[in-house]
Amino acid sequence: MPLSMTLTLNGAARDVVLDDPRVTLLDLLRERLDLTGTKKGCDRGQCGACTVLVNGRRVNSCLTLAATLDGAEVTTIEGLGTAAALHPVQAAFIEHDGFQCGYCTPGQIMSAAGLISEGLDAEDPERIREGMSGNICRCGAYHGITLAVQEAARRMAADGQEDAA
Amino acid sequence: MPDTLAQPMRFGSSSGQPVTRRDGIAKVTGDADYAADHSPSGMLHAVYAPAAIARGRVTAMNTVAAEAHPGVVRVITPANRPALQGDPADKSVMFTFRIEVLQDDTVRYAGQPVALVLAETLEAATEGARLLDPQYAVEVPRVTLADAESEPVAGQGFGQPADTTHGDVDAGHAAAARSVDVTYTTAAQYHNAMEPHAIVAQWEGDHLSLDVPTQAFALSCAGYARYFGIPAENVTIRCPYLGGGFGSKAIPAGPLVLAVLAARDVGRPVKLALTRKQMFGPVGHRGATEQRLRIGADGEGRLSVIDHDNVAETSTFDDFVEPAANASQGLYAAGALRSRHRAVRLDVGTPGPMRAPGEASGSAALECAMDELAEASGIDPLEFRLRNYAETEPGTGRPYSSKALRDCYLQGAERFGWSGRPSAPGTMRDASGLLTGWGMGTALFPAPMFAAQARATLKADGTALVETSAADMGQGAWTALAQIAADSLGLPLDAVEFRAGHSSLPDGGVAGGSGHTATAGGALHAAGLDVVRQLGEIAAADPESPLHGAGNAQFVARDGRLFVEGDEGRSDALADILVRAGGAPLTGTGRGARAPEAAAAHAMYSHGAVFAEVKVDPDLGQIRVSRLVGAFAAGRIINPKLAESQLFGGMIWGVSFALHEEAKFDRRTGRIMNADFAGYHVPVNADVPGLEVIMVHEDDPHVNPLGVKGVGEIGIVGTVGAIGNAIRHATGRRVRRFPIRIEGMLG
Ligand code: FES
Ligand code: FES
Repeated sequence: MPLSMTLTLNGAARDVVLDDPRVTLLDLLRERLDLTGTKKGCDRGQCGACTVLVNGRRVNSCLTLAATLDGAEVTTIEGLGTAAALHPVQAAFIEHDGFQCGYCTPGQIMSAAGLISEGLDAEDPERIREGMSGNICRCGAYHGITLAVQEAARRMAADGQEDAA
Repeated sequence: MPDTLAQPMRFGSSSGQPVTRRDGIAKVTGDADYAADHSPSGMLHAVYAPAAIARGRVTAMNTVAAEAHPGVVRVITPANRPALQGDPADKSVMFTFRIEVLQDDTVRYAGQPVALVLAETLEAATEGARLLDPQYAVEVPRVTLADAESEPVAGQGFGQPADTTHGDVDAGHAAAARSVDVTYTTAAQYHNAMEPHAIVAQWEGDHLSLDVPTQAFALSCAGYARYFGIPAENVTIRCPYLGGGFGSKAIPAGPLVLAVLAARDVGRPVKLALTRKQMFGPVGHRGATEQRLRIGADGEGRLSVIDHDNVAETSTFDDFVEPAANASQGLYAAGALRSRHRAVRLDVGTPGPMRAPGEASGSAALECAMDELAEASGIDPLEFRLRNYAETEPGTGRPYSSKALRDCYLQGAERFGWSGRPSAPGTMRDASGLLTGWGMGTALFPAPMFAAQARATLKADGTALVETSAADMGQGAWTALAQIAADSLGLPLDAVEFRAGHSSLPDGGVAGGSGHTATAGGALHAAGLDVVRQLGEIAAADPESPLHGAGNAQFVARDGRLFVEGDEGRSDALADILVRAGGAPLTGTGRGARAPEAAAAHAMYSHGAVFAEVKVDPDLGQIRVSRLVGAFAAGRIINPKLAESQLFGGMIWGVSFALHEEAKFDRRTGRIMNADFAGYHVPVNADVPGLEVIMVHEDDPHVNPLGVKGVGEIGIVGTVGAIGNAIRHATGRRVRRFPIRIEGMLG
């Protein structure tokens, strides 16, 4: 039985008619809303490739039933920044070569954005590594990922202070 | 194009620069498209039911329930499977193994597809496959090396390594003043690229169009063409990006072929993406090995013999025997060398090449055995390796095309602080009381070339288009190959548009064996030189060109201008030459390959030395790698930033091999018990702090005109042994089973 719901998706209100109650947020995005930037690496909450922000918090979209999200605010990689105006995390990932094949990258970046907004201390690389350890990178780009998260956290903290001033 | 250059060539300004990835923006914005991101209209989803036993027969399936599930369109089983034109056991396409495509009801390994369900949605297909609930006639599975007798290996062809002996092995054993006789085992490992294998297949008449990850466009096209009885030109593959390959995505895998078959059957596009669990079975793996090493040295610590016997698993229906013992060839100056292989047939999917096949497993055992002998001889492990440094290839006596391994040892040791290492194990503790140990290992990996082709087109506006069907699985082909092309054409990188990732382009060869940059890069280089040569002819014949009359000269292109080689006074702009000639684009072609004579004349390898520090909790046995320094010499480095990433990645695979990865089999069912990322461990970010890479300068005038070797695999080699040796040094325990886990630290 179809289920109607409303989401705020990447800043825009979307009415969604769900054809099947089994649909996860990940499969809603990828197979029904043509937002394929979010990746499926395990479908079991074990790899982080599908990380998106729901109401500002990072979640594994493969473990989130879409039907539970009526009224929620969802941000995916497509809503974070654009090629012309990259989010600081995106820019830092390019700068520090924080990826190779790129398949885990949208999840890493969303996870990093969430981690930074949780109040990460940029000067604590051990904490960054821990905080990013829900996102597997089989290519092993962890060195660059850690540097990128650190730099983005610093830059965002500095920008935040400027904005506040 | 010459295969060797007397002098290391000077190359243009792009190569050697740490250019950021050209595909970076696409990858950080989610724009980069992978196979499963495609959904053509009218598409059906396919999900297959995997066998829950490893050996036996399927006796029944509830196809009625599956077909009745809303949304299910078709259920394909061995009973109604449409015909395949080619033979699933056909091996005429290089690197191909027999595929399992519902040809009968026999189960040969757990996870083998036993039926395929097509449905309007992924959810319906998934539920349909579940409802099939296959019933089995079960036979006792054989899934570990102890479960069956070993047998000889044919010694010919891909996956069947030949035995090799150099020198008098018996005399080498007899001459040894000190020797060790040790057996190491390594676990079965599964590639598990982050992107599970996936395909979107569409037929139009007898033309097949595929979105599928591939490490080898031409081989994949040829493979699908054979299975479906169509010409290879009728197969189009789009694959701008692979989400990792590591050796598992070179040729069509069984489940992907099934999806193509299903698409033809229903006359609609079909998408199939493997689940993570399904990645443990039909798409290859690194087979478990049991390696016996008998090595001996004289009273001065000079090796008299390395005698390496390997027993590795293969499947019951095809042959891929991990060539682990071959890792003992080519490296140390032993008086005699012997590498032998035997196979054990198990009820598993056929193993296959996985990042550093042979070398990763073989070096793990060899480097640990070397340390055991060094310790027995009372010699520092690094000193022991230096004493056995090979100036020419052991056994054959061939000169190395280049070998800066000594520099790798010295620079790595210096950076790591090796000289402060106490020789006795179990004597170092850190401030928090953790046992601390240092170990090292040598890395070696061949520098092969395959064959590739490329096309370069110079345009009258001074830009160029260069094309080859290269596959970028993360190694950075989009960037490094463009850098090579820019230099060959004498153009700034920004003036070069690079097209790759599509089967209609000139064949970019195989992204594997650490030979892609050398091979596809060699083809692009040759294509660029072909353009330059033609342009020189045009300019020399053009009275208005400053180069007029320089007909017999060699031309070089640099900074957008064409020069007569050796005469910097005369030049002409590339674009001007074309404009005056009418403005039509000028196309050149090139081929990348190594002449057989060149391959025979020199031994060609990348080298490296890896130093590891581990910390072991004395009470809990928990092992952490706290520091890794790898120094590598791999010829010309086109892009140091991307090469460093590759080497880091390889070293992390080394950590994974040494401490994490192991497929654990349930010997009753034959199933893998940990077929997911919760149970099959690979390193996460917190597991790998403190990595350092040193790229040691190396000029290689012989390996190919670019002087390029490869860096994709060597990082894993040496790292595994270094970690095993560091654990021994920290704890006094010598563990001869990989991965080394807490269990090995207890008792
Ligand atoms: S796909 Fe969601 S955590 Fe792996
Ligand atoms: S970049 Fe390939 S998995 Fe992370």
